[in-house]
Amino acid sequence: MSNSKLTSQTKAGLLFAAPWFIGFSVFLFFPLLKALYNSFTEYTILTPPVWIGLENYSDLMKDELFWKSLGNSFYYAMLAIPIGTIVAIGLALLLNQKVKGQAFYRTFFFLPSLVPVVPLAILWLWIFNGESGILNAFIEPVFGIKPNWLGDVALAKNVLIVMSTWGVGNAMVIYLAGLQQVPVALYEAADLDGASPALKTWKITLPMLSPVIMFNVVMSIIGSLQVFAQPYIMFPGGAPERSTYFFSVYIYDTAFRDNRMGYASAMGWIMFILILCLTLFAIRFMDKRVHYEAS
Amino acid sequence: MKLSLVGWIVGVAALAWAVTTSEAVVKPETRTDGRVVVTYWEKWSDFEFEAMRKVVEKYNSSQDKIFVKILSTPGIANKTLLATSGGIPPDLAGLYGPNVAQYAYNNAVMPLDDFAKEAGMERDDYIHQYYDICTYRGKLWALPTTPANTALHYNRDMLKEAGWDPNNPPKTLEQLKELDQKVFKKEGSTIKKMGFLPTEPGWWPWAWGSIFGGKLWNGVDKITMDDPRIIEGYTWMGSFAKQYGSGTVTSFQEGFGGFNSPQNPFMDNKLAMVLQGVWMANFIEKQNPDLNWGATIFPYPAKYPEMEGSTLLDLDILVIPTGAKHPKEAFEFMKYLQTQEAMEMLCLGQKKHSPLATVSEGFLENHPNPNIRLFQGMAFSKNTLATPKTPIWAQWGDEIRAATQSINSGSKTPEQALLDVQNKMQPLLDKVLRSERARGIEPMSEDMAE
Repeated sequence: MSNSKLTSQTKAGLLFAAPWFIGFSVFLFFPLLKALYNSFTEYTILTPPVWIGLENYSDLMKDELFWKSLGNSFYYAMLAIPIGTIVAIGLALLLNQKVKGQAFYRTFFFLPSLVPVVPLAILWLWIFNGESGILNAFIEPVFGIKPNWLGDVALAKNVLIVMSTWGVGNAMVIYLAGLQQVPVALYEAADLDGASPALKTWKITLPMLSPVIMFNVVMSIIGSLQVFAQPYIMFPGGAPERSTYFFSVYIYDTAFRDNRMGYASAMGWIMFILILCLTLFAIRFMDKRVHYEAS
Repeated sequence: MKLSLVGWIVGVAALAWAVTTSEAVVKPETRTDGRVVVTYWEKWSDFEFEAMRKVVEKYNSSQDKIFVKILSTPGIANKTLLATSGGIPPDLAGLYGPNVAQYAYNNAVMPLDDFAKEAGMERDDYIHQYYDICTYRGKLWALPTTPANTALHYNRDMLKEAGWDPNNPPKTLEQLKELDQKVFKKEGSTIKKMGFLPTEPGWWPWAWGSIFGGKLWNGVDKITMDDPRIIEGYTWMGSFAKQYGSGTVTSFQEGFGGFNSPQNPFMDNKLAMVLQGVWMANFIEKQNPDLNWGATIFPYPAKYPEMEGSTLLDLDILVIPTGAKHPKEAFEFMKYLQTQEAMEMLCLGQKKHSPLATVSEGFLENHPNPNIRLFQGMAFSKNTLATPKTPIWAQWGDEIRAATQSINSGSKTPEQALLDVQNKMQPLLDKVLRSERARGIEPMSEDMAE
């Protein structure tokens, strides 16, 4: 390989990668740094930012709504992630069975995740409507109660968690792909030893699937802490009583309703650092429990 | 591997195309006939937009110097602000009344005082309360398009059914409550009918204290959510949920259809009375033309007779964003719109009353709203109520909304809920004042909006 050829290849490589580098720098890296700077300023978009040091951060520590919305987001994530993971793995295991119409079932269970979020939110509003919703049409005759799913502080947040399982299709497909990677030889060996199906799932399938589980869990941590569209559409202002007011919605309101970009940037950075720490923690924690096929 | 010549040419051409088209978006439009193009973004759609479009068309054909190009723009407030910060605002933007303080504070709109002075326009040309919504810190930042105010709408048939004289609707809040209890009907644990519900439609959660004569702030630098009259107003508001059970009322409310639907509780005979605006007649006509209804001045608390005739004001406005390319021409159109003829054409088309001090008899006569004289007259009431003129209002209003939810559910007492709003908002108001002082702007008491 001659020297000149190498440089030309490097050039071409860089050129092909350039759109990503430019896109990343202009639309992600620069805004990230600008937001960090803004978070130390009072900035209302049309007047130049005024440096105020750590005031935004110290104000946030005293802001009740900051803690409340952060708590709401964590509550949502802590329940939506495990439930979503269990449902997605469960579905993937079922859809991995060799049954007639397998392709149909796989498509069928993936379909819901293709529905756009806005009509979906409206649809769920109708399902959970306390007075005329279809859910209460089943619950009332059996239990004799009509819960106010959307209007009760104790219930509204959980409605969103139930809704989140609607979108497990994507994770399910990834698990399904992961299941194809499990060597058949392992199951055959287990069969010879007379292992039960449950034992095979526990001792072979899940360990072999663990890298995929880790990937999906990390993605859900990032995704669920940023949940925005569903609560924003379904529960204006976080009604009832801010019980569905999520951190991302508070950031949005602060930035685009109040035009307080500095304060919103500080919140954005706190969220960034929180998600980063959680992700690193999750990777550290799971690393020891993940079995890579090669090892 | 060498990148082929064709590859480079395609790449450069694509880049050049992207640059020119993005320039085309930003560049002001020109016309072959030499008329100046004024771009105008308006929030409305549907018949309200049509009404303004007709006025624009009439203006465009009335002269040959300026051509106004109107565009229906959803999410107008944010789009205008972001376009302004990007240096490519429209020449005119149709915002909402409560935007004035926030946009003026952010330097997002131009002061119109010099233009107005030159054109000989004065506060006295308008119903003062509407003109005042357009000012902030002693300067004029906007001019009215269409106004709106509220009244008690009542269902005559439901009143009759409850044994109440439909020609004598409640005058005081006490009578309103009495009527509510007569109308109230429950089957099992489900409410079937109510007389009145403060949370329907729930568009003005800030108003309940003001209807009792309370002040949300001193108009300058102090928020007064702890004003005893304010607390009294919210206690009254919460008394409905308290009496009938918060959960039961919430369930009842969840059965309501959308505002603009035949299942609107007022049009669906579920609610006998509702606080609604001048636009309501139009929606009743569309959704349930057979409804036997009337409108009257909203009741007042019997112990505060001086609060008789309270009405909530709403105003749509026109502004010239900072950095607009043709502010002079934009104001020419605004000036045209403020003539009695153009304004009445717009307000008639939008089925609202006029913000001008004088209206023609023909306007009132031809108006599709049978109660237009009531609304037009009430705009002059001494008890008109408008939202506080401060840049923090959007957040403040949302805090009040959350507080009303806590009061209705019983999770907080009115005192506590309002105090929480007070404690949250006062530091933010202090910040705004500090930042204004740093720019040499002093707060003034004449900004008192209530």
